[in-house]
Amino acid sequence: MSIHVVARLDEVPPGTRKVVEVAGREIGVFNVDGELFAVRNRCPHMAGPLCEGYVSGAVSSTTPGEYHFDRVGEILRCPWHQWEFDMRTGQSWFDPARVRVRAYQARIASGASLVATDEAPATTTDAAPPAEGMVPGPYVAETYPVSVEHDYIVVDLLSR
Amino acid sequence: MGEVGIGMARPAGAGIVDADVHCTVPSAAALFPYLADHWVEQIRQSGFSGASENAYPPGIPTSARPGSAPGDGRPAGSDLDVLRTQVLDVDGVEAAILNCAYAVDTIRNPDAASAIASAVNDWQLAEWLEVEPRLHGSLVVPSQIPELAVAEIERLGDDPRFVQVFLPARSAVPYGRRDFHKVLAAAVERDLVVSLQYGGFPGNPPTAVGWPSYHIEEYVGMASVMQSQLMNLIAEGVFDAFGDLRVSLVEGGFTWLPSFLWRFDKDWKGLRREVPWVRRPPSEYVHDHVRLTTAPLDLDTHRPEAFATLFAQVGGADVLMYASDHPHLHADTGDDWTSMLPEDARAPVLGDNARAFYRLNR
Ligand code: FES
Repeated sequence: MSIHVVARLDEVPPGTRKVVEVAGREIGVFNVDGELFAVRNRCPHMAGPLCEGYVSGAVSSTTPGEYHFDRVGEILRCPWHQWEFDMRTGQSWFDPARVRVRAYQARIASGASLVATDEAPATTTDAAPPAEGMVPGPYVAETYPVSVEHDYIVVDLLSR
Repeated sequence: MGEVGIGMARPAGAGIVDADVHCTVPSAAALFPYLADHWVEQIRQSGFSGASENAYPPGIPTSARPGSAPGDGRPAGSDLDVLRTQVLDVDGVEAAILNCAYAVDTIRNPDAASAIASAVNDWQLAEWLEVEPRLHGSLVVPSQIPELAVAEIERLGDDPRFVQVFLPARSAVPYGRRDFHKVLAAAVERDLVVSLQYGGFPGNPPTAVGWPSYHIEEYVGMASVMQSQLMNLIAEGVFDAFGDLRVSLVEGGFTWLPSFLWRFDKDWKGLRREVPWVRRPPSEYVHDHVRLTTAPLDLDTHRPEAFATLFAQVGGADVLMYASDHPHLHADTGDDWTSMLPEDARAPVLGDNARAFYRLNR
């Protein structure tokens, strides 16, 4: 497990995103109606800043003239060449078996739980090695300490 | 064994299928036995000489190879015995796909267009297909009026002597558009190939930028017409809408295919939301549904490496069908260019692809 605290939840309200740097890589965190997704900010095509792209839904069809539009907010379009990626899985719309971007598990954790799992206060970058694999992310490394009153977004870099 | 005409590639091998040979209606009167009295009277009385508009002007050297006219005043392509001698009786040739480019799309009276298309088909049946079983026919239809084209396909499309529907490559509206789907459906229902063929007289220019000045521009430019039609067919989703649709591109060249499909695939990835019914990369539809004939040959046969590279990029072993295009003469060298085919591509290109595509062994 490589779990990183990447943002305070209220910084990424529903319908918004935030690009953070975690362990040397940029990751986009998206809040879709309260559900969180994390996607690497590097397009598998030509390394475009994928997470700066347009967020839309899935358009599909079974016959000419028919349009299905669903999963609104879950499809990310690269700003460079408009390839579409499913935020849930990282799969591209076309050739899903071969073209995919790294997607990570993102979830909400309460400040209380984060602090509780850490023997040393998780408020400084040079905190003692965290318990249970919990690695303080850049959010903590910046200036804001994790506090028990708030909820945080954590990303597991080893998940998908 | 027959004598090949000038400019014939004369491939060596067995089981050869020539995927494009032509027959020409010699005169309007030749159709009289197949027309209702009313139309015979109209044609006689009006002096109408038939839909003899020809995308291959008779006097242009590319239109007829020397020796392909019967020598009695009738035009090249109008005599079955010449076709036998120059194509069918040549060693190794097993069958040929017969195409008649009678320009029913120039006839503005819809009933006349319909009647004359039917007459041409009955003429093909009686004077070519019935007497020469090595020939497999193409239905002429009034392509400018989809309902009437469907009616003709319904009338004769179940006859096994017809294997495809002939559509002139140049059209007023591209063939993938929805108002034409009924024609595609009628062909698919009868297991007929839909064939886009050099030529057509839709009334709009043969280039996308307007009217050119010279025949050579229409002749060379037909490749871009084929591209436009193929692009439209794919963008309109017909290959998923009609899963068994097969399309042949005849006399439009094929070396443009790799660059065209590379670009089309690339942009499909970014723009496919506009056409969500295009569910696969365009190149996959071509591979699975489209075949192209080899004449005119639009690559240099004197540079073997270039030939091999282009052939591989086209996926030639999978999508190309050998054709002589008799009696047209495309300034091909007359050398047997097919000797340059990779060994494992010979049988597919010379016969197997066409046999499978046209279901010739059924
Ligand atoms: S870099 Fe993302 S689509 Fe090309």
